[in-house]
Amino acid sequence: MMLDIRDLSVVFTDRGAPFAAVDRFSLQMDRGEIVGIVGESGSGKSMTAHALMGLIRRSEVEVSGSAVFEGTDLLSLSREELRRYQGRDLSIIFQEPMTSLNPTMRVGAQVEESLRIHERLSRGERKARALEAMALAGLPEPEAVYRQWPHQLSGGMRQRAMIASALVLRPRLLIADEPTTALDVTIQAQILETLKDINRREGVAILFISHDLGVVRALCGRVVVMRQGKIVESGPVDSVFYHPREDYTKLLISSRPSRKKLRGGREDG
Amino acid sequence: MGKALLKRTLLLLGTLLLVSALAFAAFSVIPGDPTGSVLGVEATDEQIAAFRARHGLDLPVWQRYWSWLTAFIAGDFGQSYKYDMTVAQLLSDKLGVTLVLSAVSFGLIAVISLPLGLIAARRPGGIVDRAVTVLTQVAMSVPNFVLGIGLMYLFALVLRWFEPEYVPLKDGLWPHLRFMLFPALAVALPKSAMTVKLLRGAILGELNQDYIRTAYSKGNSRGSALRRHVLRNAMIPVVTFLAMAAGDIMAGSIVVEQVFGIPGLGRILISSIGNRDYPVVQAIVVLLAAAVVGCNFLADLLYRVMDPRIDGR
Amino acid sequence: MKRKNWYLTIGTVLTACMLAFTALGLFWTPCVPSAMDAAARNAPPSAAHLFGCDAYGRDVLSRTLEGAGSTLTIALAVLAVGAACGLAVGALCGYYGGPADALIMRLCDAAAAFPSVLLALVVLAITGPGKYNVIGALGVLFIPSFARLVRGEFLKYRDRDFVKSARLMGVRDMRIIFVHILPNTWPTLLSGLTIGFNNAVLAEASMSYLGIGVRPTEPSLGYMLKDAQGTLFTLPWCTVFPAAAVVLLILGVGLVGEGIRERMGAAE
Repeated sequence: MMLDIRDLSVVFTDRGAPFAAVDRFSLQMDRGEIVGIVGESGSGKSMTAHALMGLIRRSEVEVSGSAVFEGTDLLSLSREELRRYQGRDLSIIFQEPMTSLNPTMRVGAQVEESLRIHERLSRGERKARALEAMALAGLPEPEAVYRQWPHQLSGGMRQRAMIASALVLRPRLLIADEPTTALDVTIQAQILETLKDINRREGVAILFISHDLGVVRALCGRVVVMRQGKIVESGPVDSVFYHPREDYTKLLISSRPSRKKLRGGREDG
Repeated sequence: MGKALLKRTLLLLGTLLLVSALAFAAFSVIPGDPTGSVLGVEATDEQIAAFRARHGLDLPVWQRYWSWLTAFIAGDFGQSYKYDMTVAQLLSDKLGVTLVLSAVSFGLIAVISLPLGLIAARRPGGIVDRAVTVLTQVAMSVPNFVLGIGLMYLFALVLRWFEPEYVPLKDGLWPHLRFMLFPALAVALPKSAMTVKLLRGAILGELNQDYIRTAYSKGNSRGSALRRHVLRNAMIPVVTFLAMAAGDIMAGSIVVEQVFGIPGLGRILISSIGNRDYPVVQAIVVLLAAAVVGCNFLADLLYRVMDPRIDGR
Repeated sequence: MKRKNWYLTIGTVLTACMLAFTALGLFWTPCVPSAMDAAARNAPPSAAHLFGCDAYGRDVLSRTLEGAGSTLTIALAVLAVGAACGLAVGALCGYYGGPADALIMRLCDAAAAFPSVLLALVVLAITGPGKYNVIGALGVLFIPSFARLVRGEFLKYRDRDFVKSARLMGVRDMRIIFVHILPNTWPTLLSGLTIGFNNAVLAEASMSYLGIGVRPTEPSLGYMLKDAQGTLFTLPWCTVFPAAAVVLLILGVGLVGEGIRERMGAAE
């Protein structure tokens, strides 16, 4: 087992009564697996991912439970110790590719930033690795994009640049936090295809977060459904999709405007 | 970049031309003939004719402008009405004094505001931040000449850290700069306060951006995220502000010169205004305007270099 | 939870005190400001002369009161000229746009880039000193900054739905500008006015200090500071009180402006 999350809770303590954004979340993942987390906005799915990545300011919230990654409990690490994992063993891509890239830094420099932080390499080596990662992320003409600025890329290309920068050190786990929500439907499909391809070729496990069960179904083998910080349902994606036990899950399925529905047909299941 | 640069340069030249025309109109056309006020009522017709010929007052306006402009560019700023000297001679050693004062002020602003802005942004709402906020608010409210008087009182009269007597450059670079430090402080403090405020706000704004989260997710420490990501973005509005403030800094230098008895452009400007010595006033105005316009041009270029997003325009 | 707006509270109190002080100076002073009392020359602050007397035996409190009153009226007059004209120019430019707007804004940019104190000095070099010349020069020079501010606000609102629907209903442009859009720009204008006021006080004081502002016979805090500089060490009260008046006036209004901006930020 690569990742074993047990009873992960994220409790906000800064505003009056304590509020649990994530409540006793547990999940196990194997190497190379793709697992989805779905839920409406505010269900705690992104908070789970951010807690795992150590992106939550600990002064404002209390994180409890454990998340054992390859034998180390990430939640018990200090900030300095955790930094050795961030970007190297675990990395993350976000919903807004537009704002998640630094506007005043060239794409290439951002893709190879993790290399600069975690490894001692020459300029040429770094660039070679960055170009390789960019090709893997499906960026056409990596050489040209390497020298470009983020604002010169389209939304889909920016997200590919984000993927390249997350993959440059070939992490064992990639957390994808609604990576396609801000993109067009066609681009969305292409990015999903790329993620699948990366998973197959590099064996990178992916924790895929979305509010759209349909998208999750296209990519993941297993899915966890979250609501108000709690897991309401989990299991193989097809059984959850076709035989949802909770009304809430049905809602997440029907919220997706499928082609059938647009044509006036009925969604089966 | 090339096309934008060309456009900006043309705009710069156009602005300079406009400024020079305005200055010429203001001092050579509107006040009318200075002959009477300079020579007095008892001047003879020959004296008046000689004066007019010497200053080119007998030619048509556009011709006078053109010859004035070409001469100005060549470094000939005309003849002082009051003194038997060319304006260039009169201003030569004073321009440098004001430039040194402005430059020292500029350096002080950077030295003061950069660390203070960083410290204040470190813990927003904390004690240090609040102290800096109060301090900047007060510093912004003190006119620079009042501040100059205060500094003079404290450091020259009470603490006796320096003599309230101007030390020219020929007495040595170090003593000169040491003296200039105090007037420069008077010019710099109010501007530093604004810079600190701006920088603090910019840093806090950038720290909330998504790309900082990305930077942390790659394993950056707070320090390296600040150095490598935040500062560059936060400096964009600050650098623009500072370059735009160049005019205010020079204006401040001219006022503060009076407090410390520094023989720079300020003193000659004030006495020339009093004497209605228009060629001198005109030359100073055009020189300062050129400096201000030049600084704004630089600000624009820097902005373009620092923010790649502007490139397309 | 609503956080207390300290800027606004302290600023308002301070400004109210300073306004009361200066307003008092317009109507009443303890002594005749220009009267020289030979017996009270160089007198330090005492019960008879709260702020002491200067080298000529003039009462510093009376002179500070009178000077502050003069500075206040000049600043308000400058603000009235600059804000009224700037409002008109900015509103028309922002609402109608077009090449005239582009040209006027270029001119405003050019004028605003140059420090107003220096420009005002230059204008006074031609017109000569005097209270009304100072008001005229500074007032005109303050137009560009107000025009830019107002124009920016109008640009923000002119394509909003409520303006569009008013236009569709056939409301006249002038009515749209003054009744529909202007009230929305009020907070920004108010904060701009506080900045303008402070710049006017600063400019007037600086110019008078340099000796090229109001005439030497007219009361002014700047002139007092200039006169007092020679006796800075022996008669510090001649400097301290007028300086404090300038600083507190600017500080109070500055805090009010800061408070308005904070409230605007909180509202958004």
